[in-house]
Amino acid sequence: MAEAGFLAQAFIFLAAAVIAVPIAARLGLGSVLGYLCAGAVIGPFALGLIGQDIDEVMHFAEFGVVMMLFLVGLELDPSKLWRMRMPIIGMGGLQVVLTSAAIAGIAAIYLDNWQHAVVVGMVLSLSSTAIVLQTLNEKGLMRNDSGQSAFAVLLFQDIAVIPMLAILPLLAVSEVGTFSDKHNLPGWQSALMVLGVVIGIVLVGRWLSRSAFRIIAQTRLREMFTATALFLVVGIALLMEHIGLSPALGTFVAGVVLANSEYRHELEAEVEPFKGLLLALFFISVGASIDFGLFMAEPLPVLAMVGGLVLVKLVILLILGKLFGLSSRSNAIFTFSLAQGGEFAFVLFSFASAQDVLPAYIIEPLTLVVALSMALTPLLFVINEKLVLPRLGGQQQARPHDAIDHAEGKAILVGFGRFGQIVGRLLRMNGFEITVLEHDAQQVDLVRSFGHKVFYGDAARIDLLDAAGIADATLLVLAIDDHERMLQTIEQVKRHHPSVKILARAAGRREAAELIHAGADHIERETFDSALSMGRQALTIMGFRAYQAQRAAKLFKHHDEKSLYALSEVLEDDRKYITMAKQHAVDLEKVLRSDDQANTELDDRGWDAQ
Amino acid sequence: MTKALVIYAHPAHQRSRANRMMLDSIKGISDVTVHDLYQTYPDFFIDVEAEQALLLEHDLIVIQHPVYWYNMPALLREWQDLVLEYGFAYGRDQQKLKGKGLWIVMTAGAPEHTYATEGVNERPLSDYFLQYERMANVCALKAFPNFEIYHSRHMTDDVLERAVATYRQNLLSYLEECRHG
Repeated sequence: MAEAGFLAQAFIFLAAAVIAVPIAARLGLGSVLGYLCAGAVIGPFALGLIGQDIDEVMHFAEFGVVMMLFLVGLELDPSKLWRMRMPIIGMGGLQVVLTSAAIAGIAAIYLDNWQHAVVVGMVLSLSSTAIVLQTLNEKGLMRNDSGQSAFAVLLFQDIAVIPMLAILPLLAVSEVGTFSDKHNLPGWQSALMVLGVVIGIVLVGRWLSRSAFRIIAQTRLREMFTATALFLVVGIALLMEHIGLSPALGTFVAGVVLANSEYRHELEAEVEPFKGLLLALFFISVGASIDFGLFMAEPLPVLAMVGGLVLVKLVILLILGKLFGLSSRSNAIFTFSLAQGGEFAFVLFSFASAQDVLPAYIIEPLTLVVALSMALTPLLFVINEKLVLPRLGGQQQARPHDAIDHAEGKAILVGFGRFGQIVGRLLRMNGFEITVLEHDAQQVDLVRSFGHKVFYGDAARIDLLDAAGIADATLLVLAIDDHERMLQTIEQVKRHHPSVKILARAAGRREAAELIHAGADHIERETFDSALSMGRQALTIMGFRAYQAQRAAKLFKHHDEKSLYALSEVLEDDRKYITMAKQHAVDLEKVLRSDDQANTELDDRGWDAQ
Repeated sequence: MTKALVIYAHPAHQRSRANRMMLDSIKGISDVTVHDLYQTYPDFFIDVEAEQALLLEHDLIVIQHPVYWYNMPALLREWQDLVLEYGFAYGRDQQKLKGKGLWIVMTAGAPEHTYATEGVNERPLSDYFLQYERMANVCALKAFPNFEIYHSRHMTDDVLERAVATYRQNLLSYLEECRHG
């Protein structure tokens, strides 16, 4: 591609995405559909802005899927998997197996050979992780039975893609494109090689990556980390491709291996934007390759296939929900949410096409069917909410009770030095789940050696906080000593996630006022309470009663904080340092004067002298 | 060895008159332990085990406090909730303080005549502290008659001195009574 051509094409893609996605989001259709529509509009069947080289673009964009699987792997924290093993294997496994079998059975009636039918069954059994998770999240259903069950099924499907990618070439009817066409090894040898490579990735991930990442982290150059993360993913993908295995499998394994690493959130944050862009590109190119001519020519068969697909899925999901004891309301939500084809179908179709597993005359209409069934998802949700749920009765919304469950209510703690450790230990000792980010690689190692789960990362970056799960966190504790960083972070978090409460550590009085001004919900001056505590001891030694000293210290704190909050409001009018300093002096004087008053007041109040 | 434990709760001891004199009067008696709650737990964080052990070591439990709002001070109330818990102070066959003596000592700011049906406080002081009767009963304690000092801020020094002497005398004689069962 010539440079001008490349830029022009990038411009078309970006323009389409920038216009279509916000419209789709407005209509409640989700970004995946937005991209598909954008692709359809610029594709050869509508405006025709992009043409012949769409296959080339798609091939490049498939790398986004490889990255997506790396990120899926990163999310698969083994303990979480273990906790959900029953619904994942039971519901997820049965869903994939039963749906594949049912669709394959139906497909076998129309297709000439059984291999094609099996492939079609597998591919169509998957649902759309991207659309479903996004929708359930938006509707606040993720924490319910229905959401958790849907998540389990989607997780199994995501994992099932890996063996499917491995099985597909075995189902090729023609001679070309067999499993290991580069080496032509017999079956057992290639199986051994797969095993060897996977073990190799695990070992390298376990033993080498940590020290490598530490060295990179110590350079303190952000782009080095970006480069390393990309290097890792691209490297594994190339390695796998070279030995004739699926790159997605390799990066997925690498992701799982690194899921426990302290650099996990940092890696996620680095790979995420690339994944997002490439996936967008992928969906756009899928949209562009949808054959609308086909739809126009034979609308009825296409619609029948869409209806059939959704119906088969609905029935099987409904039975599974019953089988696993979901209430009828939860089951309705679960069933209707998962009854579409998924984005992985596009991946598997394009893979199947590249490997000559499926002929184009099967892939083309089915791509159209999957895309249409995805487009139906918002409609299915509406049908469920307006027609099905009202008939089921029961409470309007199976909302989980309000009492704080210990596993729920997530806190993110930034900075795990002397200050942050105390906050973190207190939270953890009382059963709260916390995610800790620390930017000093050596400190991370030290604390990890004591068994604390700490991740490496520079928290002033909103993308890293996103990776750490700020979107569904209750609390963010900022316990680093870089004041400017904290101010930036507070402003960003308050802008993107206004419901998250922020606690911030302040060096002194002025910093405290600035943090409050920036939007921190609560601040603690790092030396204030200990100094106050010492003052209280001093009072006791000078002859105060213990309780009297306690009251005096509390009173001092109360007055001081009141004036501090007043000071933070003055900041808003004038941020100039000199004014600020003047205000400071005036305020301090006010505190001292009010202390005098307060002392006599306290002495005369309450508890007469019996 | 028979011993008395004075559980003392006064949030502003530094400004007290009657209570300070009373405590001074029993200072140095070897069988009497004075336990100052507000001095020990200014943050209201009560060490329950230590408190219970202390109670078990003594035979006569004296609860001494000023009356505020017809009630005991907040920390003593907290102490009651936490220390006199089920399975220790009460419960079937679990009255570990059973048979110990209980003596309530209270100071009130108002004169005695106000604590009567026709007075401004409308009832005798003991009416407001019926709960101590229950406490003795529930914990199987042997209650001695309450000791009350009225008008504690404004009474003359010699009246107060006589009251304090009675207080000391009563403490010693109750202790003696506990000694002989």
